[in-house]
Amino acid sequence: MVGQISSIPWLSLLTFSPLLGVLILLLIPKERVFAIRTIGIVTTFISLIIAVVIYAGYDASKQGNTLLEKFDWISIPLNLDVAKGIQSWTLDIPYHLALDGLSLPLVVMTTIVAAMSALASVSIRKRQKTYFILLLLLEVGMLGVFMARDLFLFFAFFEWTLVPTFFLIGIWGLANRERAANHFLLYNGLGSALMFVAFAILVATAGFDQITDTSGAVKFVYSGDLYTIVNHLQSSGAAANLGHSPFFLSEGWRMGTFVLLLIAFGIKLPLFPFHTWMLKVHAEAPTPVVMLHSGVLLKMGAYGLIQFGMVLLPQQLADWATVLAVLGIINILYGAILAFVQTEFRLVLAYSSISHMGFVLFGIAAMNEIGLQGAVMQMVSHGFISALFFLLVGSLSERTGTTRLDELGGLAKRIPFISALLLIAGLASLGLPGLSGFPAELFSLLGLYGNLPWAATIGAFGVILSAVYVLRGVLAITFGPIAAHHQQLKDARLVEAVPAIVLTACIVLIGLFPSLVTAPVEYGVSHIIDMFKVGG
Amino acid sequence: MDTITVQPLQWSELSALAPELTLVIAAVLISLIDLLLPKRIHREWIGILSLASVLFSLYFVVSTLADRYTQAVGGEAVGALQLLNQSYRVDDFALLLKVLFLVGTAFVILISMGSMKDDELPHRGEYYYLLLPAALGGMMMASSGDLITLYVGLELLSITSYILVGMKKNDRRSTEGAFKYAVLGSVASAFILYGMSFLYGMSGSTNLIDIAQSLTTHVAAFQPLIYVSFLLLIVGLGFKIAAAPFHAWSPDVYQGAPTPITAFLAVVAKGASLAVVFRIIFNVFFGLGAESDTEGQRVFSIYNDVTIMLLAIAALSMVVGTTMALRQKNVKRLLALSGIANAGYLLVPIGLNILGNTINASVFNAFWYYLAAYLFTTIGAFAVLMVVSRVVGHEELKGFAGLYHRSPWLAVAMTVFVLSLAGIPITAGFFGKLYIIVGAVAAHSIWIAIVMMLTSVISFYFYFGFIRQMYMRHGQEGKITVLAPQGSVIAICVLFVLGFGLFPNEVMGWLNTLFSIPGDLFTLTP
Repeated sequence: MVGQISSIPWLSLLTFSPLLGVLILLLIPKERVFAIRTIGIVTTFISLIIAVVIYAGYDASKQGNTLLEKFDWISIPLNLDVAKGIQSWTLDIPYHLALDGLSLPLVVMTTIVAAMSALASVSIRKRQKTYFILLLLLEVGMLGVFMARDLFLFFAFFEWTLVPTFFLIGIWGLANRERAANHFLLYNGLGSALMFVAFAILVATAGFDQITDTSGAVKFVYSGDLYTIVNHLQSSGAAANLGHSPFFLSEGWRMGTFVLLLIAFGIKLPLFPFHTWMLKVHAEAPTPVVMLHSGVLLKMGAYGLIQFGMVLLPQQLADWATVLAVLGIINILYGAILAFVQTEFRLVLAYSSISHMGFVLFGIAAMNEIGLQGAVMQMVSHGFISALFFLLVGSLSERTGTTRLDELGGLAKRIPFISALLLIAGLASLGLPGLSGFPAELFSLLGLYGNLPWAATIGAFGVILSAVYVLRGVLAITFGPIAAHHQQLKDARLVEAVPAIVLTACIVLIGLFPSLVTAPVEYGVSHIIDMFKVGG
Repeated sequence: MDTITVQPLQWSELSALAPELTLVIAAVLISLIDLLLPKRIHREWIGILSLASVLFSLYFVVSTLADRYTQAVGGEAVGALQLLNQSYRVDDFALLLKVLFLVGTAFVILISMGSMKDDELPHRGEYYYLLLPAALGGMMMASSGDLITLYVGLELLSITSYILVGMKKNDRRSTEGAFKYAVLGSVASAFILYGMSFLYGMSGSTNLIDIAQSLTTHVAAFQPLIYVSFLLLIVGLGFKIAAAPFHAWSPDVYQGAPTPITAFLAVVAKGASLAVVFRIIFNVFFGLGAESDTEGQRVFSIYNDVTIMLLAIAALSMVVGTTMALRQKNVKRLLALSGIANAGYLLVPIGLNILGNTINASVFNAFWYYLAAYLFTTIGAFAVLMVVSRVVGHEELKGFAGLYHRSPWLAVAMTVFVLSLAGIPITAGFFGKLYIIVGAVAAHSIWIAIVMMLTSVISFYFYFGFIRQMYMRHGQEGKITVLAPQGSVIAICVLFVLGFGLFPNEVMGWLNTLFSIPGDLFTLTP
């Protein structure tokens, strides 16, 4: 892991830039809604600008983390093994942020979606001050998740995102908001808990490290540092566990840890049997929050599976590649079929998300470069597409008061702009060449053809099914007879049009130039792929 | 031992007892003042006197700790000071816990001030000065090196608590709670005494260290009796710490007692009894039954069984506490049930078998840290509850409805407390749990770590129930005024909960310099 520590802490600046907005917002009286909105939106754009600057300066040819920040944050003395006379034994939780090719596209996507979500938040009609504070706090957590390189720091950010999201769903959601917030909290809390146990096992075994400082004193640590743990897990035999280690992380333990991580991230992803909470959130949460939730928060699961599951335990992942592929097939087909029968458009999109996340699993199960590129591509692409979709859904329901397919129709005549963008989002979602969904799903499938051709073949049906359900949904809204009371609808206002156009532009841009995402990812994943080559 | 040589108390040793003596003298003086003071003078002054004496006592404890800290940093061996025929130990274990008990008592006095009307609390003077012997009992329990001292401390705390629970004389619930607590508490005390009698019978001594030596020598002969004595002790002490399955009394008593007393029971009384469990496990049962297993590894069969039983009780407490709390609508009962689950969490560091493949000697640090986190969080939550219930007139969860609109800062403070109770990052509760769980994993007890994590997740449901009420529901309107003493307690608690969460390093480093199990619990007078 080569990294460089730059003189300006770009990553911390980026991660905590929303806090600046939070501080200013705290000082503004809650009646001054316009000022609150402006500050909230401007802050997300500041983060966006920082992210773009980082992206522009990113030198893909330097492998690994081109940006890295590491400070000692918490070093808890453990007082273990005093009997052996060891003086210093600590549990280290370094503040360790880094940006590699895997994180970079996701970070940029996060800032874009967050900024668009903040723009869309103009539709929020009550308690704007609290709303924007929570939205910004959520952005801190999301950015931190994608950059943390310490297991416990990652956990802290991951868990942190639960709290603002709980508030955002529970206060500003639709009628059943509290139930949705509870479901969200409990399912995700369960995921975090399992993740925590897995991390604790890893830290207490492979995290053991012996550091000789400059004065020659030997220091023993349990470190949560990702790279320390990776190195220890990769080296074999006694070196991996240094003799002092409390217990050897046997194959069985590794498998158990992997399964814990798979379930933990699977709940977030969401993986098939753990997906019910996500439907409720999609149905009940306010539009800007669903944009963030579907666009970014779900990606944290897939990202965690790659950055932690795959990097830490490649052998176990390789053993379970078939299982992952099968889970992917289930997600793709289950999501697609259920999306087809829904009459509520929000649920069509929710099930479509489940289906599309299946392709991420495919990319991971492929265990090769093109597959992983496809997985990351799909995460970014789906992030933009679903954000755009839900932005438009929000505009629709604001105008018509419903998002049920049987109550809508013929809107293309009245609100052509919204309808056209809805169609573009639909086409991107079903994988039309030239839009971002196409390269993403193509790469994932191509990757999987490399090692599990049968799974990829079955999964490819998902692409066809997606065309069916997306067109069914979108066409039902835009064409056909229009209800009488929908004749007077007005098309998008500027504040709605801007985020929609930006998101569409991102979708087209990635569709036309997939290398915008794949170039950094290529270098970001090469070390992961190398592990599979070495480990067999 | 045939003859007991009674060691008279030396002058120099008196200074080591300064914290306790302060409380004794203050309790006697204040009770006399209360007796002689004319009726027309409001007894709220007694509260201030009590608070002052607790703070004095705290000052003595902290300054002793500070001295010991400088000595420890300077590399001097700081052993335990044993007084009164080795029956009273002044060591870091005791001193550190005394800090918590005294801080807890000071908070309890502060949140009581001005909070209760005269017809609610007819004997205000007694109310305040009885907290002093109660705190003293807790301190004796932490310091005891002898079964007798230990029992005297326990009873001092228990009996004063029975009275304090029943202080709201005109409230049926308070009287009922006091009665229940007194009857069941006495039964528990009887169990403890019975268990102690076995220990004495086997070893012929009441001194903890002598008992341990004697049991180690004669372990083969007494094996069944050792188990019997442990079981009797743990039944009695399990009652005192409100661990499942000995928890049934706590919701009733917590609900009936005046709210500050509930906080006292939840934090000081529970903490002191846990200190006793800690002492007994580490001084009596630690490393008992040493033998070699088939592979030639050294195992400690009795100690191992004892730790497993403790962890079983811990796990049961977590499960019972959290599941029962799910449907609870009364905040005091809810916090009582949360206290049962937290007793489970606190038993984990005590119940880890640290003589396995690793010697994990940081269990006390984990215990102390979590107890401190629990203290600030719980007392803070009780203080908010008092403010809220005074305005809405009841102690149900729905009283918190719309609190955010009525008093945003109070709602934010309560949010910090419930997030800490739920163990969400950057709060004290998060690092407390993290530390315990890492210890559990390092000691190979993964299962208890999993139980801890799962019950914490379930507890999200009712802890976030406060947040649902405060931010998402509509309740009564109107501003809420907070009494200055209560407000200051809430502010201090918020600061500590966040401070412990953001800078655990400093606290941990300080604890680690001061305390080590072999250097502290097992050493004799230097």
